[in-house]
Amino acid sequence: MLQELTEKFEGVFRKLKGHGKITEKHVSETLRDIRRVLLEADVNYKVVKQFVAAVQEKAVGADVIRSVTPAQQIIKIVHDELAALMGGSETPIRMANIPPTIIMAVGLQGSGKTTFCGKLANKLKKQSKHPLLVGADLQRPAAVEQLRVLGDQIGVAVYSDLNARPVDVCKQGFKLAREHGHDVIILDTAGRLHVDDALMDELFEIKETLKPHEILFVADGMTGQDAVNAALAFQERLDFTGVVLTKMDGDARGGAALSIKAVTQRPIKFIGVGEKLDALENFHPDRMASRILGMGDIVSLVEKAQETIDQEKARKLEKKLRRAEFTLEDFYEQIQQVKKMGPLSQLIGMMPGMGGKALKNIEVDDRALVRIEAIINSMTPEERRRPQIINGSRRMRIARGSGTSVQDVNRLLKQYFAMQKMFKQLNKKGLWNKLQLPL
Amino acid sequence: MKSLVQKIRNGLSRTRSSLVDGIGKAITGRVRLDEDLLEIIEERLIAADMGVNTAMAVIDVLREKLDHRDRDDPSAVFDVIKDDLLQRLQRVNGAATQPEASEKPYVIMVVGVNGVGKTTTIGKLAHLYKMEGKSVILGAADTFRAAAQEQLAIWAERAQVALVRNKPGADPASVAFDTVSAAQSRGADVVLIDTAGRLHTRSNLMEELKKIRRVIERKQPGAPHEVLLVLDATTGQNGLAQAKQFHEAVQVTGIVLTKLDGTAKGGIVFAIQEELQLPVLFVGVGEQIDDLQPFDPETYVEALFA
Repeated sequence: MLQELTEKFEGVFRKLKGHGKITEKHVSETLRDIRRVLLEADVNYKVVKQFVAAVQEKAVGADVIRSVTPAQQIIKIVHDELAALMGGSETPIRMANIPPTIIMAVGLQGSGKTTFCGKLANKLKKQSKHPLLVGADLQRPAAVEQLRVLGDQIGVAVYSDLNARPVDVCKQGFKLAREHGHDVIILDTAGRLHVDDALMDELFEIKETLKPHEILFVADGMTGQDAVNAALAFQERLDFTGVVLTKMDGDARGGAALSIKAVTQRPIKFIGVGEKLDALENFHPDRMASRILGMGDIVSLVEKAQETIDQEKARKLEKKLRRAEFTLEDFYEQIQQVKKMGPLSQLIGMMPGMGGKALKNIEVDDRALVRIEAIINSMTPEERRRPQIINGSRRMRIARGSGTSVQDVNRLLKQYFAMQKMFKQLNKKGLWNKLQLPL
Repeated sequence: MKSLVQKIRNGLSRTRSSLVDGIGKAITGRVRLDEDLLEIIEERLIAADMGVNTAMAVIDVLREKLDHRDRDDPSAVFDVIKDDLLQRLQRVNGAATQPEASEKPYVIMVVGVNGVGKTTTIGKLAHLYKMEGKSVILGAADTFRAAAQEQLAIWAERAQVALVRNKPGADPASVAFDTVSAAQSRGADVVLIDTAGRLHTRSNLMEELKKIRRVIERKQPGAPHEVLLVLDATTGQNGLAQAKQFHEAVQVTGIVLTKLDGTAKGGIVFAIQEELQLPVLFVGVGEQIDDLQPFDPETYVEALFA
């Protein structure tokens, strides 16, 4: 799903990352590329326009050009905007206080309403609900028959009456549901073009009569620019409560998801991801944004760092580094911070360009960290503050205490002294101000 | 029966108004064709699902063809766009499928992703050929989707043509085989094979489609004479990927563009024609059995800008 869009974004960002310094020209070129990527992904052109403008504004405000990691900055801005556009958190189906809960599926022809109804019934049944499917699509040949077959497959009751009016079928279904103790009713309505007023009236009548708790607009994930028109027309007439995107297992870039969300402000509740009856997933807006970007990886890395690294401690550390007072205690502290972010292998997987193939050939040794930790743990507080006092016998004691070898201890101390030397040089050359640690 | 132009016009009227209004509005109050205006026109083309590439190509032509004198004349802008779009559509010549009397039965296989309107299109095509006095047999080779065969059976009844079907879950290739052999022994003129909708990314399902084609070919050398890809007019840029994959698998001979009676524009056909040289043969403009029309580029473009 959405792989292509992801690839495109990666292409845009790869271009950007090649530049150490980024000029305003780069920013505007990138924005043009992003616009193109989104348009090719079928995001509505108006939405694209707003999106690009928002990113541009933020990019200027965030002083992207002067920061050390401009590419990451832009990526983060794009991701945040995308996530905002997709909507906040996951939105479950609203269940009625007094059953039965009435769920009505509406949408254009061929968007996958009937299949969705079957999948939803299946999902609810697995959650120990007792759904009833009501076939109110008396328009399309054999639509009710299709619903019956689906109902049989999942063991869910189906009600319809080909000789009644759709609204009466729904009313009768409601009555039946109460009599037979069904706690959810799923209404499968006829697909229609949003320009078809007569059929829209029929839907409106069902809505007014049954007062469904959820009206779900089912949309084909491959829809182009028109997604917005259809969604708005249905919203205007029926004020649906949520959106279902179908056929998301193909290679469509899923721009419709962005567009519909942006113009209707209704949450996307489910996505259909296959032909089987269990191929219905809850929609996670944040994950979707990350997936579209493909850079979700680095974004969550940045976020993880932001979340877990204690800003206060980071500032103190910076001061110490500036005065070359960096001790093994601080080093230990650093290791703890990194550990909080998760296993190393996972962190490395989040680095751009390190995902997938690249990682296969690299073995990440989380135990290396554990060893270092153990060595520092076996030192006295005095030794940690002033590592220069660690002589031969202390080394042997530390090695024994930490279950490592003297060589391991030596290696750590050597690395530590090398670091200290580097910091001193940085201070001497006044490089500090040029090198801002991304902490 | 409404006239062809009328129907497509009705269907496209909303497209037309959005395109023309948009461009018209953009031009009102401006005299010069400047970069802002070009951008607005480009947006309008993109809104019709023509895609960034096509839109930019049209803009380039516009920029090139309009010298400074013409730039002051809004109607010249329309004419240039119209001519250019028409030229793009006419680069690939395709006439609506006309079954040859010498090829009997004339086998047409209908393919596409889920929910584009394959079965409905077959119902309409059956009606069309029946009206021309041809004998038609339908093959319900969509044995996967629930009640797909029932749906086709209803269309067969409406069009009053014969239907070959099998049990749900049966091998679709065997249904195709049975249909062709039934047509051969009954001396039918036209065979229409319905296939299950499938996403073009599902390689196993595309293999199944290839098999159906192979089996038809083996039963009757030279068949299928047409492989129609049904494309939903609301489809966005993914339509090109669909066309590519289906074309690669079963050598598509033409496109049927459905659901043109909504607000969708189906602009992706420009890209498909450009890249795959696949002509649009029919357009679907409604739910009635006679709502299928041969595609005419002039009417299409004319209806966009009339």
